Amino acid sequence: MSLLPAIAVQVLQSLLVVLAAPLVMGWVNICRAWLQNRSAPSIWLPYYTLAKLFHKDAVIANTTSPLFRITPYVLFGCMWLAAGIVPVLATDLPFAPAADIIALVGVFAMARVFSALAAMDTGTSFGGLGARREMMVGFLAEPAMLMALFTAAFISGSTQLPTIVETLAHREFAIHPSLAFAAVAFLMVLLSENARIPVDNPTTHLELTMIHEAMILEYSARHLALVEWAVAIKLVAYMTIGFALFLPWGIAPAGDWSALPLALAALCAKLALAGAGLAFLETLLAKMRIFLVAEFLSTAFLLGVLGMLILFLMRG
Amino acid sequence: MDSPPSLLPVALAAASAWLAIGVAGLLPAGAAFARRALFPAGAAVGLALAALGAQSAWLPASTLVLPLGLPDLPFHLRLDPLAGFFLLLLGAVAAGVSAYSVGYFRAETGARVRLICLQYHVFLASMAFVILADDAYLFMVAWETMALASYFLVTTDHQRPAIRSAGFLYLLVAHVGALAVLLCFGVMHSGGGDYTFDALRAAELSPFWASATFLLAFFGFGAKAGLIPLHAWLPEAHPAAPSPVSALMSGVMIKTAIYGMVRVSFDLLGAVRWEWGMLVLAIGAGTTLFGVLFALMQHDLKRLLAYHSVENIGIILLGLGLSMVYFGFGHPQAGMLGLIAALYHTLNHAVFKGLLFLGAGSILRATGLRDLNAMGGLIRTMPATAFYFLVGALAISALPPLNGFVSEWLTFQAALQAPLLEHGVVRSLVPLFAATLALAGALTAMCFVKVFGVAFLGRPRRAPQAGPTADASLPERLGLAWLTAGCFVLGLFPAAMLLMLNRVGQSLTGSALSMEALESNWLWLVPTAPAQASYSPVIFLLVVLAIVLIAVRTVRLFYHGRIRVADPWDCGFPEQTTRMQDTADAFGQPIRHVFGPLYLMKRHLPGPDDPNPRYSIKVEDRHWYWLYLPVARLTEYLSSKVGLLQRGRISIYLLYSFLTLIGLLVFVR
Repeated sequence: MSLLPAIAVQVLQSLLVVLAAPLVMGWVNICRAWLQNRSAPSIWLPYYTLAKLFHKDAVIANTTSPLFRITPYVLFGCMWLAAGIVPVLATDLPFAPAADIIALVGVFAMARVFSALAAMDTGTSFGGLGARREMMVGFLAEPAMLMALFTAAFISGSTQLPTIVETLAHREFAIHPSLAFAAVAFLMVLLSENARIPVDNPTTHLELTMIHEAMILEYSARHLALVEWAVAIKLVAYMTIGFALFLPWGIAPAGDWSALPLALAALCAKLALAGAGLAFLETLLAKMRIFLVAEFLSTAFLLGVLGMLILFLMRG
Repeated sequence: MDSPPSLLPVALAAASAWLAIGVAGLLPAGAAFARRALFPAGAAVGLALAALGAQSAWLPASTLVLPLGLPDLPFHLRLDPLAGFFLLLLGAVAAGVSAYSVGYFRAETGARVRLICLQYHVFLASMAFVILADDAYLFMVAWETMALASYFLVTTDHQRPAIRSAGFLYLLVAHVGALAVLLCFGVMHSGGGDYTFDALRAAELSPFWASATFLLAFFGFGAKAGLIPLHAWLPEAHPAAPSPVSALMSGVMIKTAIYGMVRVSFDLLGAVRWEWGMLVLAIGAGTTLFGVLFALMQHDLKRLLAYHSVENIGIILLGLGLSMVYFGFGHPQAGMLGLIAALYHTLNHAVFKGLLFLGAGSILRATGLRDLNAMGGLIRTMPATAFYFLVGALAISALPPLNGFVSEWLTFQAALQAPLLEHGVVRSLVPLFAATLALAGALTAMCFVKVFGVAFLGRPRRAPQAGPTADASLPERLGLAWLTAGCFVLGLFPAAMLLMLNRVGQSLTGSALSMEALESNWLWLVPTAPAQASYSPVIFLLVVLAIVLIAVRTVRLFYHGRIRVADPWDCGFPEQTTRMQDTADAFGQPIRHVFGPLYLMKRHLPGPDDPNPRYSIKVEDRHWYWLYLPVARLTEYLSSKVGLLQRGRISIYLLYSFLTLIGLLVFVR
């Protein structure tokens, strides 16, 4: 039983995701600047921002309770954990059996609940507004995400991400039309859960239209740095979940260490493409009115359900 | 004797001890005695009952005949793994609630405490007898005692008309349900043999009569459980009752209805049919969504929790329905998974809903408030209650690694066994119920962010009453801590419960989970096979804690740690008041927008030049208007017609007797 190298890969992989996440953010920002005919900032800008924030004095609102200060750490922990469950480079993850896709959705839900609670803790109208909107996005996005994941789970007969990846990538080559529906649903969930356009604008400073930014309005310095970092990890985690479900080629199979360099190269290529695609989408689309988000996400939910039904009909 | 000693006499003794404690409450020894001695004694009995319930899940069934009751109709008792499991649920929750009651009732006057003590313990004992009963006669006696005892507890504050009418509605629905349960036993009995469950088990029913029995049982027990459209009494009765009683009613009493459903359909009827399962699934899904959507509209904390009980009953029914569908199609392993998920959620809901109702009781005790819109910032004055309530809120929101997540996870896993089914339509419908569960879970999380955020976080929305608000007293905390511990234990060590529930299911259906599932060790929860799905909450928790600690340490290492405390940002508008925070109603606004047609809304918008503007919205349940009020009107109409017969004159009544006699002579020649 080669547990030790497997654990090493596990730790390395999650460290990679955590450390490289701001880089992906930087890449998305660069692509967007290019597409919008602006001169691009440095790709390292997110790291500079984090370093700057870690140097500042923290300002805490006098209306808050300890929950407010714990939350950034909880968010960071949840996102790191999520990054540990997803087979980013290899499917041979000793930690993966501890949590499957349902638990993964649970981890994201946990992070969402804590950030909403921290927002309400400030006792300001913006905090409550952000929390309410975030939970609205959440209650629509979470089932849609589960439906997309269940489609893959039904195809592979398992809710374990490594097994799903192995089934979809390494065993048989079959085209599943239901996966196409699931992929569209997943993309819509990715956009809304990561507070991207058209659901939310990550660069907005207009309070009345904010969702995610309204929740973290009171955070500063190290707390804000952790929250921003967690946001970056979340984006990468969602992207890699998408790769695992819909583009699983290149992920190293269990026990095959020689495939790791190739897996790393494939991951970089996929992330670069996904980042560029995200920037492209954000340039093309405009932000929606808040209640159109409900329709947007119920469409995602219905697409996910349709994908699942098509799977059963095709097999029928 | 090589068989292990039976625990049934001990269980009987424990249930009778509750009765004795209740009667002892009537002794003229003063309120302090009833509160300080009898409630802790009741808690101890609860603990004992929980322990022997857990133990008896591993023992063969044992029976006992009591020479009580009517002549030739003695009481039969039976302790089998299913009864053992429900005794565990009853005892464990009752222990926490009784300990809590010591503190909760401290401000009550002597006579009232003694009366509550009697009703409370009779209520507990009757639930124990419902679970232990082995014949329809004792079952119905205990069932009615339970309904009456809880009715009197609900109407503790009977001076208030609203509470009297809530109690009446409860009594009415309880009796409609009890009638259906009685009829169900009657159909099963079908005129032969006696009313012991053994005889009912042996009765051979045609598929039609078996389905009729099932429908009667589903309706009758459903009235007690709070299925739509029979849920209307829950949001009225739960807020009316004192909080420990709400905790017991919501945590345990409505679970006896689940017990009844499982007992009748899986044990007494035996061969379950998949059509029943589809009915249970459809009603369960409707109940789940309805419950959570109406919970989101509430601003009375206890009403909100009552609607969540409706929702959770729906989730339990989803598991139960899945189980029936799989058993009906001959897939016992998947069926067991559904049954285990349903029973696990039954226990989990008892623990976290008990906890939440007790938490709501502590808030009520300390602030006199049930209205969320008047609360705010309670975490500062009641930090202990806030912590326990937060754990309960996270557990009911099905967040890992707490207990609510485990049972919803198992229900999802049961739904994911759908490809096993041969019937195309059913196979495509089953995942839709998983979608319902996913939606309900996310909505629950939203609702409890609202509850915890509005009640405990932020700033107080109204000026506090005279005197500082005290946190929960020591006995109250003891009860809360016990149930909180339950949330953690059931969430972190689910494999042990899985084995026990497998044993319960095995004794009912004769089938079991796969060997791979049973052979995994205590760390891993494996419903079918490790390659299909597994979950390890302990490892999960340890990893999260490790990462959080690493993050905290690393930040400490590199960061100077300076902190300034300042006013929150006011957006350039300095005249911020606490009324500008989100209220419970405001938090539900997106839901009202998205699910608008479901609700019956009455809005009041102030005019533009109103000097004292107030915006109000009233959300009502449509069931009142299409079901309850028409039925009430019909009943009133019919009784007014029947009332015409009553003339109040003896000669008229003599005439009636005479006419009846003539009629009888004509027909019975």
